[in-house]
Amino acid sequence: MAETLPVASESPAGCKARAARNVLGQVVLPGEELLLPEQEETDGVGVAGERPLRLNAGMRSRLRVVCGPGLRRCGDRLLVTKCGRLRHKESGSGSSGGIYWVDSQQKRYVPVKGDHVIGIVTAKSGDIFKVDVGGSEPASLSYLAFEGATKRNRPNVQVGDLIYGQFVVANKDMEPEMVCIDSCGRANGMGVIGQDGLLFKVTLGLIRKLLAPDCEIIQEVGKLYPLEIVFGMNGRIWVKAKTIQQTLILANILEACEHMTTEQRKQIFARLAES
Amino acid sequence: MAAERKTKLSKNLLRMKFMQRGLDSETKKQLEEEEKKIISEEHWYLDLPELKEKESFIIEEQSFLLCEDLLYGRMSFRGFNPEVEKLMLQMNAKNKAEEEEEDETVEVDVSDEEMARRYETLVGTIGKKFAKKRDRANYEEDENGNMKPIKMKKMFLKPQD
Repeated sequence: MAETLPVASESPAGCKARAARNVLGQVVLPGEELLLPEQEETDGVGVAGERPLRLNAGMRSRLRVVCGPGLRRCGDRLLVTKCGRLRHKESGSGSSGGIYWVDSQQKRYVPVKGDHVIGIVTAKSGDIFKVDVGGSEPASLSYLAFEGATKRNRPNVQVGDLIYGQFVVANKDMEPEMVCIDSCGRANGMGVIGQDGLLFKVTLGLIRKLLAPDCEIIQEVGKLYPLEIVFGMNGRIWVKAKTIQQTLILANILEACEHMTTEQRKQIFARLAES
Repeated sequence: MAAERKTKLSKNLLRMKFMQRGLDSETKKQLEEEEKKIISEEHWYLDLPELKEKESFIIEEQSFLLCEDLLYGRMSFRGFNPEVEKLMLQMNAKNKAEEEEEDETVEVDVSDEEMARRYETLVGTIGKKFAKKRDRANYEEDENGNMKPIKMKKMFLKPQD
């Protein structure tokens, strides 16, 4: 069907579908279609996107490509659903073609399976706790999903406690469910977060930036004074330091560092180190 | 008054087990086929042309964990919470280990050759412990004082004629 309609390769906006490879690092807008590398080769030199796609299975070497957040599958192409920069990562094993995703910014969290989040216990009903994670509905957390919890030995969780856990079920059709143990039954740091401290909310992009392996902000912050931080992928950060003032300073730094340049940040840290 | 007309038996009655015992295999097969035909006609099916299932080689994932290697979410600095610091090392090392696929050789205290030499003689020393008094004579001492393993046992030799 696609062969008889040359117009099919044009998206509704009137612009041609671009090759994903050429757009890496550039801003993409929702509604754009991206061609994957294999499709370009069969299209011929210089006319990528104009000729309609051929659906012969034999012509292409099929590489499994993963489309990550911000992208959806649309036939054989990727459809952009969020605005942001397109990123790509080659996978470790050469058999799959890597993963494409859109690096976007948002404040509203949507539960995703496997994410570690900070939740606030809002209700205790029967055998489950209702935990507010910032999504459209509260997640449910069974009292048996803690390390060492049995029917007789219930965990000591009260309404209003902070919980660090991960999602096991999170899709748009069902209520999200979270647990505080991993697949082996060990807590691995999940569970009730201790007393005191301060919980505040930031954008989701900042969390990912702070959790990147080479984040300088965290390294500099760690040198200031003894402190503890917990990052939830739902945009919530919990911090604790020895005094209230230190805790507040830390919270202010983390909130503000999203919009600061490197120099401004270094100035602030220098001033703090002096005082 | 002999009944000249056979009463017509219904199909359901004929399908019952006690009525089938008397039948021969052919009629049984026929009945079975008729049954199957009725059942398969009852099944619903789409009257559309066959759509070839396109093998989708694009997988959708909504999680950022695959895209970026993120560190573990709990952090503690300068000894504020020692357990969390231990966890940090553990979890971040686990992430790195999964990626790198270590094929470095692990450092050993004892080299492979030394190990082989020890095991060679170990067989001798342990073997001596369990050997009978007669066989102990077979164990000789090497120049270095290491045990040599046992020599061929004296078995019964069958006479050739």
